[in-house]
Amino acid sequence: MAIVLDNITYTYGVGTPFEKTALHGVSLTIENGEFLGIIGHTGSGKSTFVQHLNGLLHPTTGTVTVNGVDISASTEEAKKMRHKVGMVFQYPEHQLFEETIAEDIAFGPKNLGLSADEVDERVREAMKFVGLDYDTYAERSPFHLSGGQMRRVAIAGVVAMNPDFLVLDEPSAGLDPFGREEIFEEIIRLHKEKGITVILVSHNMEDISRMASRLVVLDKGRIVLDGEPMDIFNNHRDELQAVGVDVPPVSVTMEYLREQGLDVSNRVLSVDDAVQAILEGGSHVK
Amino acid sequence: MLNNITIGQYFPGNSFLHRMDPRAKIIATTIFVVAIFLANSPLAYGLVGAFTIFAMLLSRLPLRLMWSAIKPLWIIIVFTMGIHIFTTPGNSLFQWGVINITDQGLAMGLQMAARLIFLILFSSLLTYTTSPIRLTDGIEHLLNPFRCIGVPAHELAMMMTIALRFIPTLLDETDRIMKAQSARGADFVTGSIIQRAKNMVPLLVPLFISAFRRADELAIAMEARCYRGGVNRTRMKELQVTYVDYIGVGAVILITIVLIVLWWLDL
Repeated sequence: MAIVLDNITYTYGVGTPFEKTALHGVSLTIENGEFLGIIGHTGSGKSTFVQHLNGLLHPTTGTVTVNGVDISASTEEAKKMRHKVGMVFQYPEHQLFEETIAEDIAFGPKNLGLSADEVDERVREAMKFVGLDYDTYAERSPFHLSGGQMRRVAIAGVVAMNPDFLVLDEPSAGLDPFGREEIFEEIIRLHKEKGITVILVSHNMEDISRMASRLVVLDKGRIVLDGEPMDIFNNHRDELQAVGVDVPPVSVTMEYLREQGLDVSNRVLSVDDAVQAILEGGSHVK
Repeated sequence: MLNNITIGQYFPGNSFLHRMDPRAKIIATTIFVVAIFLANSPLAYGLVGAFTIFAMLLSRLPLRLMWSAIKPLWIIIVFTMGIHIFTTPGNSLFQWGVINITDQGLAMGLQMAARLIFLILFSSLLTYTTSPIRLTDGIEHLLNPFRCIGVPAHELAMMMTIALRFIPTLLDETDRIMKAQSARGADFVTGSIIQRAKNMVPLLVPLFISAFRRADELAIAMEARCYRGGVNRTRMKELQVTYVDYIGVGAVILITIVLIVLWWLDL
């Protein structure tokens, strides 16, 4: 169970004056159960890259296989595998269209050809998962919700398709801190409780560093760094800055404290851990 | 799937045609389009064709673009040609059942097709070489004299500018929504016509909502900057007529006079 990208290249507008290669020979294996963060500057090819994962774009050269099946094929099997990869675009609430929330979430499962009972069950389950009470919200219009709630409905619409892999493109864009927290808690729950492999695209380092177990940095259509977030932040700062990606503020603060002589660990990724480290380290100032 | 639409597309450049004033280009195009319909002899068609090709070369744009201007309209061209070929009375060249092709019909059909092709080519040169902003500026200036009879020149120009401005935005939006719904298993390409129309609902509803949201945001942004139409407004870039405009319009008028003479003499 894995997504394997083998040496993929993608060129936009082949044969026009606007021809542009967005990906240059990218190879990557996304293992089942991973929490993969993808980061990169605007125009680094992030969006193009993730659209290959469920066959919305087919590589100009190279292959993408999901669980061993080439998803650019037009077979039923390839179609099934494409549906194993759920995709949540930026501002997913802009894609809501049904009269009620339940119907909108049911759109995906219905397209999978499930029976009415199964669809209903999937909708209830997905709503429960994103924290929307079925009895309260099912019959309401999705257009009368707050931004954060609309986004949860949209994510539920993808989760209801029971994907093995879930791709999220900037899921917290445009939300207030409270809404962001809620969305991320949900994503972490999906990853831990349902065992879904998550691929999170963001340019907010802090979010990624907190959650991802593996980090891939893209620049100009190439993978420049691939590894554990902690290792990348501590040992590859110059490379990160060179491609226009910021190190999370927590890492910068801890680095500064260390330079000033406070004995704190450099293996810190969240604010809570940082507080703990400072409290511990503060007791033996150099 | 949506990036082959070229209507109203502008291709930047610095050719003779790019440097012409939009007003001069609009006037020249209008005159020439009328003049095309004066042509009724091989000589006149040759002249119109030669001038169109000359203008195309003058624009320094790839010829492939010219083909993409005609491509979406080829059904109309073939249909018009067919109607003339099959319905014009005259000396029969070929008869099979009710189908009767005459020499006049064939000539008429070819003439109509040629007229349409020249018309499309020449008018697409206008939009290819003029940025939408300059084009609407030109239209506003040309409509200004009619303000006294109640033509809202500035408002029309503003509406056109906004509409043109949002074409690429809405195309991008359409592409995004299509992809998002496809990822949820939506199917926009197969099925009967009725089924396909129904399948468009998940695309059209979000698209309309987003268009209204954008319109709303734009209105607020304009009001916030005290926009109140064209009253006493000055411009950063004033339109200016230069020698290239006299040459361009002069050439078109000359061609038109020649065409009128040919038409008069029935050559």
